[in-house]
Amino acid sequence: MFWQQMVNALNLGAMYSLLAIGYTMVYGIIKLINFAHGEIFMCGAFFTWWFMTALSVPFPIAALMGIILSTVLGISVERIAYRPLRNAPRFAVIISVLGMSIFLQNMARIIWGAEFQTFDVDFDFAPIIIGNVVVPIKKAFILATSLVLMIVLGLYVKKTYIGKAMRATAADPEAAEMMGININAVIVLTFAIGSAMGAVAGILFAINYNSIDPFMGFNAGLKAFTAAVLGGIGNIYGAMIGGILLGVFEGIGAGYISSMYRDAFAFSVLILVLIFRPEGLLGEIGKSKR
Amino acid sequence: MALLSVNSLIKRFDGLTALNNFSLDVDEGEIVGIIGPNGSGKTTFFNVLSGMYPADGGEVFFDNHSENLLKLKTHQIIGLGIARTFQIQRPFNNLSVLENLMIGGHCRTRAGLFSALINLASARKEREQLKDHAREVMALFGTRLRSVEMNPAWTLSYANRRRLEIARALVSDGKLLLIDEPTAGMNPAESLQLAQTIQAINKKGMAVLVIEHDMKFIKKLCSRVVALDYGQKIVEGTYAKVRNHPKVIEAYLGRE
Amino acid sequence: MKLANPKDETKLDDLAGGSQAGIREQKQNPLVRVAELFALSKWYVKLLIVFACLMIPLVVQSNYAMRIIIYIGLYIVLALGLNVVMGFTGLLNIGHAAFYAVGAYTTAILMVKYGMSFWLTIPVGMFLGVLLGIVLGFPTLRVRDDYLAIVTLGFGQIIYIVANNWMGLTRGPRGIPGIPVPSLGFSDYQIVIESYPAYYYLILIFVFFTIYACVRIKDSRVGLAWTAIREDEDVAAVMGINLVYYKTMAFGFSAALGALAGSFFAVFQSFVSPNSFTILESVIIITIPILGGLGSIPGTIIGAIVMIGGPEFFRAASEYRMVIMGAFMVVMMIVRPQGLFGKKLYQPTYKM
Repeated sequence: MFWQQMVNALNLGAMYSLLAIGYTMVYGIIKLINFAHGEIFMCGAFFTWWFMTALSVPFPIAALMGIILSTVLGISVERIAYRPLRNAPRFAVIISVLGMSIFLQNMARIIWGAEFQTFDVDFDFAPIIIGNVVVPIKKAFILATSLVLMIVLGLYVKKTYIGKAMRATAADPEAAEMMGININAVIVLTFAIGSAMGAVAGILFAINYNSIDPFMGFNAGLKAFTAAVLGGIGNIYGAMIGGILLGVFEGIGAGYISSMYRDAFAFSVLILVLIFRPEGLLGEIGKSKR
Repeated sequence: MALLSVNSLIKRFDGLTALNNFSLDVDEGEIVGIIGPNGSGKTTFFNVLSGMYPADGGEVFFDNHSENLLKLKTHQIIGLGIARTFQIQRPFNNLSVLENLMIGGHCRTRAGLFSALINLASARKEREQLKDHAREVMALFGTRLRSVEMNPAWTLSYANRRRLEIARALVSDGKLLLIDEPTAGMNPAESLQLAQTIQAINKKGMAVLVIEHDMKFIKKLCSRVVALDYGQKIVEGTYAKVRNHPKVIEAYLGRE
Repeated sequence: MKLANPKDETKLDDLAGGSQAGIREQKQNPLVRVAELFALSKWYVKLLIVFACLMIPLVVQSNYAMRIIIYIGLYIVLALGLNVVMGFTGLLNIGHAAFYAVGAYTTAILMVKYGMSFWLTIPVGMFLGVLLGIVLGFPTLRVRDDYLAIVTLGFGQIIYIVANNWMGLTRGPRGIPGIPVPSLGFSDYQIVIESYPAYYYLILIFVFFTIYACVRIKDSRVGLAWTAIREDEDVAAVMGINLVYYKTMAFGFSAALGALAGSFFAVFQSFVSPNSFTILESVIIITIPILGGLGSIPGTIIGAIVMIGGPEFFRAASEYRMVIMGAFMVVMMIVRPQGLFGKKLYQPTYKM
């Protein structure tokens, strides 16, 4: 029974991790929370859904196009809500991104309606059975996809030149610029990768619950952000760990906390962490906000 | 009994010891100069003394207060009588000159939320008195600050901002003034004028601790000079004694 | 405006809300601009405005328009309260609806369940608001910028969730209906507030009170301390300002005004439910000082008139209201972050 729940928990955690990576990478580079990231997550799911239902595109291609579109959207968010405000006071950027988030949520509501839509993707294979534990194929798929992506990303950031450039920019933008790194390009790339991850997370989420709605980004985004902070904002491994932890909390705690208060619980955890240990578990590249 | 008594002050930053058992006494009405190469801990000393950084060891006693200053909260220190200026000027940019100075007087006034809401006469009077006091302090600099008193601080010239910093600290009516590199960026004429102003302040009873690199300035002002290197006091004494001390020369110029 | 003598100087201070700011800055103040435009003394302009406000119910015939005007008044109180924390003290608060909710629910519960007089529920609500403000303010002391945004947002959301789920107290999503109308006086000599003009005058009183409180506090030692905190809180601390005390006070003061607005809302709508106190509500409230000018009292008032009156004009586009609001927030920050009447704030540039 426990292991069964663990499978669910890991499943959930994997999705949160993917989404959290987007938050943490952007934060690492520009030291600001991307409030609109949850909306990219939502759009990943919606674009894919739309391609499948309106244009009858088969799922794999729809997913690919959904990811591409969401990535473009993510880059646009940076271009519109962040870049013009590079030298503005911090609160202006926060308000601007918040506005972007509201804009996207409600735009989705206008285009696609506010109700839940069915996300009809199923894997017609027999579930994997390990001992007592039944792992439905779709959960296995989610887990596998997340794992692969995270490993690839981890290697990419660690081994490649671009990865190094990203880390350098996160650590000290001015010095990086002096070393000849094109900061703007790095920022755009960070947003792109983060958005792509977020979009994948959105699609996986849709597969998991078989439904989507325009406001799914808010809740999931909040939890993913909590995961990112918990693990150490700015740190990709922290995001992964934080995501898993959060998934475990939620998966196991689901029995004990009524779903109504679950969001309040997530918020409370987030607030407590931000107040008492803003650097999270693995610390961060910059300094904690004191 | 010394006005300020610093005993074995220690301050560390992640492995670097910025202040290493630094001790210093300042008497009432003295002007003491603090010199030393960059990074020797001078500004760190001011930061710890004014409560901006917590200390890692040592004690500081000021003016008959029995409590170790280091145990107090930041905002309590100016109330005791120690005010400071900043090496890189930090005025309240969008507030007027007058408002900047009035904040200096915050620790000497008392009006709270309720007296503000009911527009209590005593609160209004206190505010007027504060403004008058601020203008008195401005007068130390002639008309230079007074003529721009309503302008936002960010519009001030470099020299005026320096004067603003000092004036703001003075409004608090303390007994000890910490001035951090006041002549940076000033020409000799301005430096001379500033020295005279500080002497005038000192004559009224204010003790002054001044960090400086300009030796002429130090020589003119300070009855005593303390030299720092690597967070420790290396020499202390009159200007003449310190200036030519081999250790001081070594600290500034490096070992032969 | 030529300053012939020092006495003029203080009058000018008074007009600009006593901010004693630079002359150029005072000219930004819409009140001053209007006064200059018509070559009138500022007292006269103020008097005119008050007179105009009093005359409104006589001039406006449509109930629909009166309703909008009353809502404008309500949001003026809300926005001015938020302005204290965001504009004066420089702390971002995206959870102001929490205080609004506390006032509204306090009035609702006390009147419906315990038959308390409306006028008594006001101080109770404000007191609870202050408590909540302190509870929110305290943890946010060590948190800056975007973390502060999240914490306040979370706080607002928690209050919403509690209101939505604590069946015993708030009846959850069903809300509390049947809030009686306020009345003043005894059996035969009562003033009952149940018509639109009556509600209008009530909110007008609240608005005047709020404006008075905000102007008074801005022009005081407390207000000065708050603006110092906004400018540079580290230096403010060194200059003797107790950050904990003043930041908490800012939240408390702001919360009291929010609760006041909530109390009015409860009796005006005769019904409270959690839906009125969502994050969206907090965001709407935030956009008002942003549009009008953070820190500027007249600016915030004008911002409320535009934000609340404006969309009502374009009823047809109400579907798009939120989309427009979101876009507006982005554009506003890019084009004019200080708002219509805010001072162009000088900030040392932060790298990104």
